[in-house]
Amino acid sequence: MKTNLVALLAGILFGLGLALSQMIDPNKVLHFLDVSGNWDPSLAFVMMGALAVTMVSFRFIFKRTAPVLAEDFHVSKRSVINKPLIIGAGIFGTGWGMTGYCPGPAVASLGLFSVEGVLMVVAIYAGFFSHRWFAKANES
Amino acid sequence: MENFTPVSALLGGALIGFSVSLLLLLNGRMAGISGIMNGLFSAPKKEEVWRGLFLLGLILGAVIFQWLTDDSLTVRQGYPVLLIVVGGFFVGFGTRMGSGCTSGHGICGIASFSVRSISATVTFMLSGMVTVFVLKYLLGVVL
Repeated sequence: MKTNLVALLAGILFGLGLALSQMIDPNKVLHFLDVSGNWDPSLAFVMMGALAVTMVSFRFIFKRTAPVLAEDFHVSKRSVINKPLIIGAGIFGTGWGMTGYCPGPAVASLGLFSVEGVLMVVAIYAGFFSHRWFAKANES
Repeated sequence: MENFTPVSALLGGALIGFSVSLLLLLNGRMAGISGIMNGLFSAPKKEEVWRGLFLLGLILGAVIFQWLTDDSLTVRQGYPVLLIVVGGFFVGFGTRMGSGCTSGHGICGIASFSVRSISATVTFMLSGMVTVFVLKYLLGVVL
């Protein structure tokens, strides 16, 4: 129960952050990616703002053996840099550059009643499900 | 650089940092949005509730901001639908193949000093920049 409330609150904070920083505006993101045009470095400052908080907080959080309200940390321990990581990131970046949306702003833009946002979220899920099928086909 | 908004960017980023910290400290979860979205329809039933609530919160955050600022944010109009549909598909497929997006790799991963996440972040940033360059300057699509 408490963890659900935390999830809702964390989501609200995240959404407020995306709105305040205007990262919810896909054109603002495209202006960051357009380095040879009228460059807007704001996105880099959003990451710096977030990292300034998390680089300090993670240090203290990971000194704990367990989180406050759950039994253990669900954290990826993978460190391998392989083809799926780089190719996947490359495909994601291509979609990001085509649209100006990464997953967070796409979901948050539903709160602005953006038709484009709805299309984007549906297309993202189509990508998720296709990847599941693709991964299965590659296993066998 | 007349559109550069460093103060709201840093403050908004800090809010995102607090959100990520809260979810990790209390629930032991990384706020990687693509992973949370994907798990909404693939994780065990009891896992789905918090994911749904986090995503609902993300939407509510935008609603609350609009309410507090008298609808200061406007929605983009007239952007090519084909770019959204194909690009959205790439975002979904790529984030699963590469195990994360801007939040999971770019914020959570880098804060954990993961070389894997740093490599992914550099790759999607570069590929995003190249894509915009090709679309805008070589193909003449207005962005």
